[in-house]
Amino acid sequence: MPGAEASTIAADHRPNIPSDEVMKSIYETMVKIRRFEERAVELFMAQELPGFLHSYLGQEAVAAGACACLREDDYITSTHRGHGHVIAKGLRLDRMMAELLAKATGYCKGKGGSMHITDFSKGILGANGIVGGGIPIATGAALSAKLRKTQQVVVCFFGDGASNQGSFHEAANMAAVWSLPIVYVCENNLYAVSTAQERHQRIRDISVRATAFGFGGISVDGNDPITVYQAVSPAVERARKGEGPTLVECKTYKWLGHYVGDPGAYRPKEEVAAWKAKDPVPRYERYLEEHGVMSRLEMESVQGRVKEEVESAVDFGRRSPSPSPHDALQDLED
Amino acid sequence: MRQILYKEAVAEALGEEMLRDDRVFLIGLDIGRFGGTYKATQGLWERFGEERVRDTPLSEAAIAGAAVGAAMTGLRPVAEIMYIDFITIAMDQIANQAAKLRYMSGGQARIPVVFRTQEGAGRSSAAQHAQSLEAWLAHIPGLKVVLPSTPYDVKGLLKTAIRDDAPVVFIEHKLLYNTRGEVPEEEYLIPFGKARVCREGNGVTVVAVSRMVLKALDAAEQLEKDGISVEVIDPRTVVPLDIDTIVESVKKTGRLIITHEGYTRCGVGAEIAAQVVEKGLYFLEKPIKRVCGLNVPIPFAPVMENFVIPDSAALVRAVKEIL
Repeated sequence: MPGAEASTIAADHRPNIPSDEVMKSIYETMVKIRRFEERAVELFMAQELPGFLHSYLGQEAVAAGACACLREDDYITSTHRGHGHVIAKGLRLDRMMAELLAKATGYCKGKGGSMHITDFSKGILGANGIVGGGIPIATGAALSAKLRKTQQVVVCFFGDGASNQGSFHEAANMAAVWSLPIVYVCENNLYAVSTAQERHQRIRDISVRATAFGFGGISVDGNDPITVYQAVSPAVERARKGEGPTLVECKTYKWLGHYVGDPGAYRPKEEVAAWKAKDPVPRYERYLEEHGVMSRLEMESVQGRVKEEVESAVDFGRRSPSPSPHDALQDLED
Repeated sequence: MRQILYKEAVAEALGEEMLRDDRVFLIGLDIGRFGGTYKATQGLWERFGEERVRDTPLSEAAIAGAAVGAAMTGLRPVAEIMYIDFITIAMDQIANQAAKLRYMSGGQARIPVVFRTQEGAGRSSAAQHAQSLEAWLAHIPGLKVVLPSTPYDVKGLLKTAIRDDAPVVFIEHKLLYNTRGEVPEEEYLIPFGKARVCREGNGVTVVAVSRMVLKALDAAEQLEKDGISVEVIDPRTVVPLDIDTIVESVKKTGRLIITHEGYTRCGVGAEIAAQVVEKGLYFLEKPIKRVCGLNVPIPFAPVMENFVIPDSAALVRAVKEIL
């Protein structure tokens, strides 16, 4: 059980190793996120996608590992960098891609775009364009689960930047006071937009902030889905038993800077290279092979299947109709 | 008919809806054991318990956001923001989240949340406890904005607000809580978007918001003695706005005064005036007049506070000016 002090744990040194089945599904999720994001970046660079794109490339292990701990009816809140979270919670790639392409068949009928892709029926309470905006909402969903006695749990994703928002501190304190069933998963990708962590907060491990609220916090390697799973899974189980919130900090890195096209001059080249060398996907592939969970051949078959799924998602998006201008007036009220 | 206080009517509406629908719960600072700063939730904690009448930490953003999250997941929260001045701290959750989540998701979510708050000057509360900020909220598509001026209206409109599937900002007035009025024992609802003609007349139309309704009625009574007939209209909800009732009245009187405590500049009076011009310019025989809060922060000293907030004498003067 993590205490108030941050500690870093290594894979296999703790219980809660996921079953082979779960490990395989985590792999497929990571490959899906990776391929979807690569393709989205290509389409964006080719100017097929309007707006802008916050890429999840490099952070796949966090969403895949954390969402693997959840029931289908559990909730998450996502962020502006949210494609990974919602794929991990089970969204269809075709309707996601259609949304990115601003089509009427998209999850939000073209009203939301990259930062708002969601499906409430999958327990995703919005991806959010306001940094820290989802944190009080997640906390309210946890209150709702408690009041309705459903044993549902909420995983609230946010970043190191959002850990400095008042909304985080207000909501986390409230969750502590009421012992709400929520896990705050902070994806520390080391930068709030372009501002490096050492320039935006005095602490290194964000999990220490849990101490201020009176619940447990832990910092883990966010580029290893097993480690993420090992930290989030007991936190989810505690939440489900009514034992209150936990803060799990996952240390990771956003490969492409804040948005696609961000030159990222504020990041030393060596730092980017070092994090790319810690690429969560091949690393997890080595783990799966070494532990006899999946063979290279099985992994290649997953990659092939995912590649096809992403391509057909792109086709679906491209073939889908645009919304009509007047659709802008729908969906505000009944 | 029995008469009860405005604050008692609020508590009655909340209690009845909580009894009718166990998805309804209250969340806010000091609303439980303490009974609310203005005692509008008095007795509910004792009746419904601390789970459903939920005292919170002093955290407006979290109060509002938790209500949004609960509303998205099957409950019908009524969140109290103690003073509308404090809504500034909760504004992201109200204006960016509650108001937009349904639209941004292509119509997927319903956010049946009520944000109860109170506004208004007159107690020397100074600039951060006495504003009337309904125009801020009315500006945001996706929010309904309600400003009841009587015990009857506050009860019927609050029950409607709680049953509405969209976010509602429900703005009471701190100096109305202890006003008394007729409220029937039997249940009733008041629909949104239906103005109340509080007093009929054919000389001048006065559209009054929140507590200004009382001052407008007082002014109308004084003017009647001079043989001047004033029609007083309370829009009751500024979003949706019942512009037709206002235009119909202007058709009859040819003269329009709009009065509210909120700042004149970009206040809801500006919107009402614009709509009247768009729909009924040629009915107007005189320019529209706004008798509203002056464009300064609310000062503390009673002499200054009374100067920046319109009173019935100001309305009497305004009526005489456009006769």
